[in-house]
Amino acid sequence: MTEISSFVSAAHAVLDKDLRSEFRTKYALNAILLFAVTTLTVVSFAVGQFSLTPEIQAALYWVIVFFSAMSGLSRVFVREEEAGTVHALRLAAAPPVVYVGKLTFNLILMGILEVVVFPLFVVMMGLRVQNLGLFAAVLVLGSAGLASLATIIAAIVSKANVKGALFTILSFPPLLPLLITCIRATRLALEGSDLAAAGPELRLLASYVVVMVTLSLMLFDFVWGD
Amino acid sequence: MISVELRGVGKSFNRRPIFADVNAVVREGCALAITGANGSGKSTLLRLICGLLVPSRGVVEITVDGHKHYPTDVRNCFGLVAPDVSLYGELTALENMGFFARVRGLPARNDEFAALLARLGLADRGHDEVRTYSSGMCHRLKYACALLHHPPILLLDEPSTNLDEEGIAIVYQVIAEQKQRGILVFATNDPREAELGDQVLRLGQPAQVGQM
Repeated sequence: MTEISSFVSAAHAVLDKDLRSEFRTKYALNAILLFAVTTLTVVSFAVGQFSLTPEIQAALYWVIVFFSAMSGLSRVFVREEEAGTVHALRLAAAPPVVYVGKLTFNLILMGILEVVVFPLFVVMMGLRVQNLGLFAAVLVLGSAGLASLATIIAAIVSKANVKGALFTILSFPPLLPLLITCIRATRLALEGSDLAAAGPELRLLASYVVVMVTLSLMLFDFVWGD
Repeated sequence: MISVELRGVGKSFNRRPIFADVNAVVREGCALAITGANGSGKSTLLRLICGLLVPSRGVVEITVDGHKHYPTDVRNCFGLVAPDVSLYGELTALENMGFFARVRGLPARNDEFAALLARLGLADRGHDEVRTYSSGMCHRLKYACALLHHPPILLLDEPSTNLDEEGIAIVYQVIAEQKQRGILVFATNDPREAELGDQVLRLGQPAQVGQM
């Protein structure tokens, strides 16, 4: 087996293990989806009959996605620490394998979150997307950015005593440029701008993902070790 | 040929020294028993040997066929069984073994796993989730997961903890086999168990190695 295929196979094993565990316990999934649905319901009641501008709709969408993600994405590492399985995993798997497996798991969680939140937002908040292709591109890149940062912060936070609060506090500053760009690009999609008009935002989102994944792979060895 | 060498190894947590200046060499076919009072650092030393912890001072070196390595570079050389090293409770025994085999780059062979489980007295529980296991059964399964890649260095922290007489007999057999084909390092407070080691490292003030 070549080095790359053995790396992919090991990362897939980590992902497979996390998916099995998650779908049996629904630990992170319940936290994320319950938070999303509850927040969305509260916001839709609060907004009531008011007609919202695309700018406010875009901001509300990403606020809900951000806080829902924060309520569950950290579980990927925190659960290993709390269950005492972290030593066995560290002894068996190389650090990059663990990072890639956990990142892929968080990407899948973000995908499920978007699949649930988007149709609910359309129904409950009257969201009308003029450029669906651009909207989908923003969702994919924004979710990937959120997942890539959340994964490395979750690894750092899992070793701390006050995990929950620390995760959101540490994640917010580096996520701010991503969220602002996502809101701006989402507004353009809602207003029906074409892909070229949203080019700078899409390039920034893509760069954010690449930088974050590269940095995380470089730093993960130190975060994951003693 | 494989050997483990500890040179001037010390470990502190939050500036509180646990032990200092530990020196030992364990060669293939030998067993090192680590003894000492509670809090003397027996479990910590096992974690330093396999690279789960980094020494505050000194060096842990693993020599494989004449080449020296840090423990983290030869991850597949180690198998570790310890009370606080847990398995995945929401997975079955076979799924746990399959996972650890795959992340170590081994094929997931259920027939081999089943044979290992049978050897450890868990033949009919392979498809049960580990969270339904008793503490003794969990400990047996930890042996199965630690042995599935035939590690040349086996590290055992309190080898017979939580085990019944049958389990202890199985563990002693594992220990005898490991001494034949590799290196065994184990931490224990049981004087009879310590006699299974060819060398005994007594942690305390100062740490010293003695021959059995």
